[in-house]
This record gives sequence, structure tokens and C-alpha cells, in this order.
Amino acid sequence: MTVPNDRKYAETHEWARLDPDGTVTVGITDHAQEQLGDLVFVELPALGKSVAKGQECAVVESVKAASDIYAPVAGEIVAVNEALSDSPEKINEDAYAAWIFRMKPRNVAELNELLDASGYEQVIASDNA
Amino acid sequence: MSKLIFELSRSGRINDQLAPAAPPAADIDLALLRKNRPLLPEASELDVVRHYTRLSQQNFSIDTQFYPLGSCTMKYNPRAANAVAMLPQFLGRHPLAPEETGQGFLACLFDLQEILKVVTGMAGVSLAPMAGAQGELAGVAMIRAWHRSRGEDHRNEIIVPDAAHGTNPATATMCGYTVREVPTDGNGNVDIDRLRQVAGPRTAGLMLTNPSTLGVFEERILDIRDIVHAAGGQLYYDGANLNAIIGKVKPGAMGFDVIHMNLHKTFSTPHGGGGPGAGPVGVAPHLLPFLPVPMVMQEDERYRWLHKIERPQSIGPLSAYMGNAGVLLRAYVYARMVGREGMTRIAEFATLNANYLMTQLQRAGFDLAYPERRASHEFIVTLKRLKESTGVSAMDFAKRLLDKGFHAPTTYFPLLVPECLLIEPTETESKETLDAFVDAMQEVLRECRDQPELVKSAPHTTPVRRLDDVRAARALDLAWKKPVTS
Amino acid sequence: MPFIPHTAQDVREMLAAIGAPDIESLFDEIPRELKDASLTAVPSSMDEMAIMRLMAARAQQDGHWRNFLGAGAYEHHVPAAVWQIVTRGEFYSAYTPYQAEASQGTLQVLYEYQSMMAGLTGLDVSNASLYDGASGLAEAVLMAVRLHKSSRRILMPRSIHPVYREVVSTIVRNQDIDLVDVAYDARSGLTDRASLEQSGQSDFAALVIPQPNYFGRLEPVHALTDWAHAKGALVVALVNPISLGLLVPPGQWGTGGADIAAGDGQPLGIPLSGGGPYFGFLTCKAEHVRQMPGRVAGRTVDLDGRPGFTLTLQAREQHIRRSKATSNICTNQGLAVTAATIYMALLGPEGLRRVAQASHANLVGLLERLNRYGVRARFPAPHFHEAVLPLEVPAAEVLQAMRATGIVGGLDLSADYPELGHAMLVCTTETKSSQDLDDYAKALASALAQSKQPKRA
Repeated sequence: MTVPNDRKYAETHEWARLDPDGTVTVGITDHAQEQLGDLVFVELPALGKSVAKGQECAVVESVKAASDIYAPVAGEIVAVNEALSDSPEKINEDAYAAWIFRMKPRNVAELNELLDASGYEQVIASDNA
Repeated sequence: MSKLIFELSRSGRINDQLAPAAPPAADIDLALLRKNRPLLPEASELDVVRHYTRLSQQNFSIDTQFYPLGSCTMKYNPRAANAVAMLPQFLGRHPLAPEETGQGFLACLFDLQEILKVVTGMAGVSLAPMAGAQGELAGVAMIRAWHRSRGEDHRNEIIVPDAAHGTNPATATMCGYTVREVPTDGNGNVDIDRLRQVAGPRTAGLMLTNPSTLGVFEERILDIRDIVHAAGGQLYYDGANLNAIIGKVKPGAMGFDVIHMNLHKTFSTPHGGGGPGAGPVGVAPHLLPFLPVPMVMQEDERYRWLHKIERPQSIGPLSAYMGNAGVLLRAYVYARMVGREGMTRIAEFATLNANYLMTQLQRAGFDLAYPERRASHEFIVTLKRLKESTGVSAMDFAKRLLDKGFHAPTTYFPLLVPECLLIEPTETESKETLDAFVDAMQEVLRECRDQPELVKSAPHTTPVRRLDDVRAARALDLAWKKPVTS
Repeated sequence: MPFIPHTAQDVREMLAAIGAPDIESLFDEIPRELKDASLTAVPSSMDEMAIMRLMAARAQQDGHWRNFLGAGAYEHHVPAAVWQIVTRGEFYSAYTPYQAEASQGTLQVLYEYQSMMAGLTGLDVSNASLYDGASGLAEAVLMAVRLHKSSRRILMPRSIHPVYREVVSTIVRNQDIDLVDVAYDARSGLTDRASLEQSGQSDFAALVIPQPNYFGRLEPVHALTDWAHAKGALVVALVNPISLGLLVPPGQWGTGGADIAAGDGQPLGIPLSGGGPYFGFLTCKAEHVRQMPGRVAGRTVDLDGRPGFTLTLQAREQHIRRSKATSNICTNQGLAVTAATIYMALLGPEGLRRVAQASHANLVGLLERLNRYGVRARFPAPHFHEAVLPLEVPAAEVLQAMRATGIVGGLDLSADYPELGHAMLVCTTETKSSQDLDDYAKALASALAQSKQPKRA
């Protein structure tokens, strides 16, 4: 799957998309879901929680691994994707459509510190080496 | 799957011979009494015996199959050990019964403490921990207590090699430490240069297995000791692989300050489908005061318990009584039967078997993770190339071995080696068994090339075929519920 | 060589295949200075006959006793079928069921065990066991703290087994958890309300409620549960599994039910064995399952759609989650749990109730007999199957005198509860006959009389 151009990426395999209303939507990449295998559970963050950039705020669990999800920017959690509670496999089906949580960023400029699509593609390449 | 015991239940079936009728509890308030019956089956003694006997027949076990699980030391469990541990006087003893009525029992435990001290080269041993992981907890807690006693509690890091068993970092966290990982070099040893960088004033200790989880001896162990000690830390030995060196090398001589042993591995106590084990700890002299209680001491030819009151710096008790007594007795019987002469031979023959198996498997076309190194009591085969050429994974390979009548080796541990099989034959297996295993491995290898789909969909001959573990985790069904009848 | 089958020829052939001159050369990677392994202090090897002779002698030295000691480990009749099945090689020498298809026996036993324990405690799910009741309580405490998320205080009544409290302290000490003592009422032997209210003034994560408590008394579990829940805390029930054949289970305590139940499963088919191996059980409400430590077996289907069992939720465990695991625990007490499952299947709900009732009835009967000798329980009824007996002389003397009649009479409480004065904890189970109770009362009375006599100069 090609890495979408409409969003930014962290080295820890989260994607972050700035939406028109100023919120940042976060999920994990297709490469990440492939590494994890079939997901069995997603531990969503609490609404209203304040997180620092790089802080662990959610967990995705497969049969063989449980991975922390790190906030790509600092901010407050304003929405979580409840559908993932019943169907975590949505992330496996389409990682770029299955968002995990949404944040109100403290400082939108922090997004510029993240990788763009080609930068992330290089991360994948070195992972596979 | 056989029917569940609940499905064999018939309302009103009672085994009177096992529980005679008794008067109701008239003096207990109704509000404290149970109103509905617990969900237990009502089945005849014959039904129960038949059911569980049949279930046992669905298991692989050492008594029925070769079980080369790396890092688990699946050696024969001597029946004599079981017979002795189940002598009625031992079975009937209450843990808090007076010492005068337990001198025989206490003698066995004291002797075991002493034997373990000699074998490991440590100054003191406590038999209290009930499993390897609990032994680790005790060991790391002792390290912490020692630093605290010297005003050095600011040391908040435990160093763990990236090849370490998961219990190591989990234990460090349980003791309030942060984990710092050091990488392993291409030769299977801890990266000494990186260790030098990581060790420092915040280091409380390093947890190490030797031989390592990669099946090779940590050649620069004395350098590792010097680096950690120079930084002010303590050296912890994870005794999971003691079977490789028992009687040949003493952890005390390698410079370890605290160790734990897994009696259900090295001392052949039964694995029982997942336990119980026993994880005694041993310490160097400066850590003696911190050993977990209770311990057995000998005074004027009499044996007695040492509790916290006489060991004020002890980290405390780890169980309500004294640990897994029945397991300790079995280990004791094994140790006495093997004796001084046999103790050396354990590691010798475990190592001979491992090296022989490694050679034969390499000849048969398998790739070794560390082909230049000697095997300890175990070694690693990597199926990475096989996966690339045929699509068959280590998991598939392992499942097909079940069809050949062998329990598979450990798979996907250590995490460092891709598509790995960690193979530990142990010293109790004969050359013929090893040869038969090599033959089976070769057969499966051929099948991977000629009929890969057969291997990928294995096992075929076990009571169930490959199980859907994704579904098991997604649609959690952890307890039977009585079906609602309309 | 015991348990090593190799002949000299085998060794020759194997070394030849490896290309090594001798076995010692296989250790050539080990630095020479480390290869001291002087074992002279280890006793010489013994054959099977010799070791059995030695151990039979030691067992005989210890002898058989009529046991009235409880204090957390209880002598119940273990049906003969239990250990004959448990020690079958296929159960005895099997490993942890990581290769599920080769371990359906073990896994189905675990699933049945989990189902029985969940049902017995009135909760939704169970794990496959922990090491023992005390370390299990420590794990329950850690679980409660993880679930509560804000407080790290745990209220621990002193009416809980003293060593359990110490073990919890040993295990959680380095994790910034505050274990708060709650006093017991000196007259009733139950958790003291005033002390509880005071401790409950600051936030706390959980209240541990023992039932029965260490003194054998029955706590007001409904009121205590509702009180803790009203304070926003969880309830950890510490229970005796045999008593649950008779008493209301934790899942039905108060309006909301306890959140977690723990305890020692030893009474379910495991002999006293000098102290272990026993097992700790842990059950909880469904919504807490992901914070539950230890192994857990789940039902699923295979490739052909047939039902089968496998270990599940392993991502919480140490081998995957490593430093962030719910616990470092690896083993469960497999053999012990197998025994308990078979025991529960043989007894069934009615059998378990009878064992509980008989144990209780025997205590009532014992106290009646003791009454006639002027000895009364320290605390009022009801008890389950244990009671504190106040004495006029040190318990140690009384117990020693009773031993002369082959009776282990109970536990001296003076070390752990000095405020009770001279006192001992006595227990009766269904194993005691009417004659046993008569003999006990007589022996106790005689021991007391002996002790009260002025000592000769």
C-alpha cells in the first residue's frame, strides 16, 4: 500500500492528519498493522486526557504483541473511535481509514517536526532491511 | 474437543461416598448463606475418572514424547521422587506444625539448601520462592534492599540484554526499576562496548543468563562482572540454563552476587502442565541478611525455621508458608540419587546431546544461528531461508513436527533470531531418540519443498487442527456458561 | 549413571560425528579459570532403594498426627481418584500448553477449572491460577491499583492472615503502594467500623474483605462491600473456596458484588504437604479481564470449525509485554489446579456444601464440648470452621502437652496478636470424628489443668 501524502508520520509508525477544523486525527500505518498481525483489542485513551508529545496514550494488541501508541503532538484527546472496541480488525482492513483518536493540538506547528510520506517510506525500508 | 464435564452433568447425581450428609448451619445468618448453587458439575465418580483420564490422553508429555523445548529443560521426572514426596507423613504435615514433629522433613530441606549452595558456589540459599519468576523478584528485591541499606537507592536502573527472557524486564519493573537494554553482538554475546556506555551511577544491577538464551556461553563474563561492579551495580544470574553448566562451572565463581535456580528445570521436578515450580535463590556473603524467609537452620543437630524476627533485614516472606515443599522434596530426591558423581555428568551429557543434535541437523541441511559456536545444552536453528523460499514459517514447521510424534522445540524465542527453533534435548534422551528426531526434521524439510501446503496447514493428526487464536482473543470465551433453557 | 542412558559406544559415535576428541572439549569456550566445580561437599549418589529407605525413615520419624491446625491450610479428605489421575504421566510431565494442539487435555482442564472458580466465586472470569493465596492477594492488590488509576492506597484489615499481609508488603513494597492497617474489634473479632471509617477518609483504591477472616469469624460482607463502593473504591474478596459451598459468594456481596476474588485453593483436593505446592485463585468481573495477571485459557475453533482450547490474552504476559506486563508471573500451578478441578467435579455443588457444613458442625460440636470444661471461644458465633480459644496459660505449653496424646492442637497466636493474651486458633474440618472431638476437649482440659498446677521447686 502506498503511503498517503495527505498526512504526517512518526518514526513509531503513527500517522497524524490535520483536519480543517484544526483537530489532529491519529492512527497507525499499514506497515505497523502488518507487523502486528490480526488485532484483537484496542485500548482507547480517555476523553479529555492531556498528553505530551511522545507520551503513550493508547495500546493496540494482537495475539503476539501489544504495542503502545505515542501521541505525535501534544494536546487534548477530544474524540475516540468507539467502533474499534467491537471491531479492532478495522485497522487491519484499512489502517489509513481506521482512525484511533482525535486531538486538539497545543501547538499545530509541532506537526512539522514529523516525517512526510517519503520520509516515512524510508523508515519502512530500513525496517525491512 | 471432548464434551465439557458440565455437559456430562445430571442434576441430582451425588457421590455420597465422598461427602457424607451433614447438618445445616443453623447459626449463620441467612444473608451470609449462598442462595444459588455454584456452577459445579454433578457427575458420577466413574464419569469424572473417565473424563479426566481421556483428557490426559490428549496431551503430549515427557512420559510419552521427546520434548526438546529450548530453555525448559524437559528431562525425565524420576518416579521415585514422586513416590517419596507422596509418603503419607509428608503429605499429612501441616506447614505450621511444630518443628519437633517435622525433623525428618526439615532435614531434607536443610540438606537441599546445602547441596544447592555447593553446586552454585553461593554463600547462602533460600528455598522460599515458588517459581523462577518469584526467584527473580526476590533476587532483584534483595539488590534493591542492599543498595537502600547503603544509601544508594538513587540507583534506579536494571540493565537487561535484549535477548533476555521476558520475566527479566517484567521483574525489574515490579521492583520499581527502569529497564535499560543492551544489544547482543553477531556472535551471540552481550555487546561489551555498549554495556560500558550504559553502566553508570544509576545502575542498580544487570540481569544475565549464562549460557545465554541464544544457547552460547557468555565468553567475556568476567569483563561483564568487572564493568558492572565498577559501576557499583550487582550481577544477577538467571539460572534458567543451569543445566548447561551444573557441576562444571559455579555461578558464584563467575562473579554473580545473586542467583535463582529453576528446580523444575535443572532438578527435574514435574512441569505439571504449567507448574508448580520452585525458584530458590542463592547469594554472595554481603547479601545474606536480605534472603527471603523462612529458611532452615541446624543447631545442635536439630533443625528449625528462621523467620523474619531473627532476620530483620530479610526482604520478607514470599508465600504464606515456606514455598513449594512437595517440589523441594522431589528436587531433593533427585539431587541425592544423582549425587556428587552424577551432578557433573548432567551438564556433560546435556552438552554432548546438544552438540550431537546440532551437528546432525546441520548435516541434514538446517541453518544454525551461531554455526561457529559450540552449543551449550541448547542451540538455535533458523528457518529464515526456508521461509523465504517456501513460505513455511517456524510455526508451521513446529506444528508439522507434532504430526511426526515429537513435541516441537521452542519457537520465536529468543526474539532476536528470525524464524527460530530453540532446541534443548537434555541428558536423559538416548542417541536413538535424537537420531529419530533428526529423521523427522529431515522429513518435514522435504515436505516443505515438495508439499508446502501440507506443512502450512499442520497439524493434521492431533485431536484438533490448528486453532484460531485470533478468534480466541477477540471473542473471549474463558468460562462455560449454563445455557439458558427457554 | 542415573537417568543418563548413554553407553560408551554411544559416546564414541557421537563425539566422532561432532568431530570432538572428548566431552571436555565441548566446554572449550569456557574460560579455564571458571572451570572449578568442586562438589566434594555434595553427598555421593544413592540408588533408588537407598534413597527410599532414607526417606521412609525420615517420614517415620515425623509420624502421623491428629491435626486441628488451620490458619490458612486445611486438612480435608482428598478422594483417592484425584491424585491417581493427576500423577498420570500425561498430566504430570506435560509442559505449559504453548503448543495448543498438543495440549488439549491440559487446556480443557484449565477451561473447566476457570469455569468452576468463576462460578464458585459468583464472578465472570478466572485465570489459570497464581502461586498461592498470599502472592495471589498481592497480585489482586496490584490489579486493583491498576484499575482504580488514581489512588495507590489499599485498606487491609488486621483480621486478614498476618503472613498474607507480610507477603503483600514484600511483593508490592517497591511500587509506591500504601498498605493501610484497619483494626479489628476486640469484642466481635470483626473489622472495626470506626477504624475503617477513619482509614476511608482519604481516597483508596480497594478494601480487602476476608471471609471467613483469620479468626474464623464471618464478616458483614454486604455492608462492607457497599461502603467501599460508595467511596469509589474496589472490593477485593479474600475467600476460602470450601466455604463458598455454603456461604454467599463475592459476586453477590452488597449491591454491586466484589470486583476481584482471591484466595488459596489448597482446600480443594490438595493435601497439606508441609506447606505447598498450593495455588492462588483469582477471579473478577468481565470488564476487568485485561488487567488480570497470569495465564488464561480460552475456547475457540480449529481449521475445521471444531471447538478447542488455547492460551489467550498472552499479550498481557511477561513473554510478550516484557517490562510493561501485568506481572512477571510465568508459571501457573498446573498440577495443583488439575487436582482441584477433579476434586470439584467429584464433589459437585452438593458435596462441597456437605464438606463445608460438616466442617462447621464439627466446630460447633467442639465448642460445645469445650464449654463443658469451661473453655469458651474468644469471639461470639458464628464462625466458619475455626475459632480463637482464650487460655489462662501460654498456648505453647498447652500445645506441647496435647502433643503427648498425638494431637496438634492449634496455632499459638501470641506472636502475631499479642493483644489477645494467651490464645490459640483451633480448626475442625469434616475429617474429625466425634471421638476426635471428645479426645481434643479432654486433652485440652487436661493440658490446662496440668499447666495451672504450681511447679515443683
